[in-house]
Amino acid sequence: MTKLKPWISLGGIGVFAVLLLAVAPLVLTDHWLNNVGKYCCWAIAAVGIGLAWGRGGMLVMGQGVFFALGAYSMAMHLTLETAGDRIPGFMVLYDPLAPLPMFWEPFRSAGFTLLAIVLLPVIMAGILGYALFKRRVKGAYFAILTQALAVALATLISSTIRETGGDTGLSDFKYFFGFVLNDPANKLMVYLIAAALLIVCVLAVWQLYRSRFGELLVATRDAEERVRFLGYDPANIKLVAFVVSALMASIGGAMFVPIVGIITPAEIGAAASILMIAGVAFGGRASLFGPALGAMAVGWGQSSLGSTWPDGWTYILGLLFIVVILFLPNGLSSLTARFTVRARRGPDVPPTPAIVAAELEEVKS
Amino acid sequence: MTDASLVVTDLHVEFSGFVAVGGVSFDAHPGEVRFLIGPNGAGKTTCIDAITGLTRGTGSARLGEKELLGRQVHKIVRLGIGRTFQTASVFDELTVLQNLDIAAGRHRPWTALLRARRGVDASIEEALEETGLAGELATPAGILSHGQKQWLEIAMLLVQDAKVLLLDEPVAGMSHDERTATGELLQRIAAKRIVLVVEHDMDFMRRFATRVTVLHQGRVLSQGTVAEVQADPRVQEVYLGTAGAATTAAMSVVPEPVAATQKRTED
Repeated sequence: MTKLKPWISLGGIGVFAVLLLAVAPLVLTDHWLNNVGKYCCWAIAAVGIGLAWGRGGMLVMGQGVFFALGAYSMAMHLTLETAGDRIPGFMVLYDPLAPLPMFWEPFRSAGFTLLAIVLLPVIMAGILGYALFKRRVKGAYFAILTQALAVALATLISSTIRETGGDTGLSDFKYFFGFVLNDPANKLMVYLIAAALLIVCVLAVWQLYRSRFGELLVATRDAEERVRFLGYDPANIKLVAFVVSALMASIGGAMFVPIVGIITPAEIGAAASILMIAGVAFGGRASLFGPALGAMAVGWGQSSLGSTWPDGWTYILGLLFIVVILFLPNGLSSLTARFTVRARRGPDVPPTPAIVAAELEEVKS
Repeated sequence: MTDASLVVTDLHVEFSGFVAVGGVSFDAHPGEVRFLIGPNGAGKTTCIDAITGLTRGTGSARLGEKELLGRQVHKIVRLGIGRTFQTASVFDELTVLQNLDIAAGRHRPWTALLRARRGVDASIEEALEETGLAGELATPAGILSHGQKQWLEIAMLLVQDAKVLLLDEPVAGMSHDERTATGELLQRIAAKRIVLVVEHDMDFMRRFATRVTVLHQGRVLSQGTVAEVQADPRVQEVYLGTAGAATTAAMSVVPEPVAATQKRTED
């Protein structure tokens, strides 16, 4: 069973890919397809959180920061593409004569933008992670620190209206690397890119989880000191997971912009960062599919219930969160483990070591 | 056969003014099962902590030509120093094989990390055989018995190919048979490696020790073979005037505040 397990997961990824890339475009309306695209973006970030938090034990409460790096890189490029040779519209409002801010200039280039989406989060998470993990900052301190960064970045963006659009954010993008965004065919393409990137990210963590690195990461999560006494530097192990998760958040953010059409500080601040965590916890942070599916479920809840019954949605989300944490600390995905164990052993068998083992196996993969 | 020896010279460890270890010297060589004993708070574990870089110590601890003090924990490990802890610390959620595989990892190139494990390393097979865990390959370490966890820890030291094994109370909580098995295992291991055991259990010490160092209040009280140490009047005095069998009971009474200090630094 242990040997088969990763291949079953691979089959699951295949099914997931077919559903997202083939079935969804056929059966869903444009409106809902666009929504699913948005959920995919959150799911990409969630997959990274699953890696860092579920497997690595780092409660990354500020993934909004990296989401923002990708999103604003993309948004600046699309804004400039839309504005052409002129200064972007919102800037003109504040000072018609002022030149384009220096840091906007390179984002005219599509290549630079794509590079920035990948490299900015890697560099920033690399420096941040190195400083924090080498100093052995962990647990609540790490969580609070990352959360504070998200708040700080959101505040910074809010307060620099002339440079970043402030609370209104960046919006009204007409082109996406030369493609007209209003065209349904191009919208489908953007959706497919996001969905494909999600599949790639899930595949990446699938390989990471079954690799020796995945085992080492779990070991570091559970007994960091012990790992140190085996000759590894836990800081480096955590750094890799943290950087990968930051990269995924950035990719999610970058795709969020052409799909949703607007990026504001509200999408990257404390509340947004916590909502990303909520989806991951809901789905099952240490499982392969849990984070992605949880994030998509929370996204769906937000756009269906959140728009028809905005006051109630917050309470439902809170209640759901409490119920899951209380009764299913490993998220909804641990349900499948319980059922498969029950089916295999028959009901009402007291947990024997073998069953515990199977559950552990489930948690791991 | 490694010919390098572990030589500790004038080791001092202080915790904010309190001297836990005040000038301890001893050495350990391959081929002997070396014991470090003493009442609670004598500084035994603190010595190991200092040698492995967990707490800061001054003086000198050398493995062959290399000075250990002042290096980072994981770099000391890479020089060949391995240790266990009073409470068995294995990775509960991982299987025995995964535990051992991680321990063997420091000899692999980093690219091996990105691939899944195929097959079982020869060194792991060997260690499993040596420690009698061969049947538990796929068992999650968390559900092993207490004794098996200790053996798994020793097996992990073997696959990481530690030249020095520093074992902190390896037989605490074990049954008599398990103690015997552990003692014999340590004797086999000691043929090729340096084995240094911190113990409370005098009976275990008498049966398996080659040489013994007795610590008391952070200093070396006596050093020599089991017979020599037991004959030492100072040692008898420390153990409430009763050498031999009664000492086991005497040693496990009332932990001194020192022991509490040590515990805290271990966390």
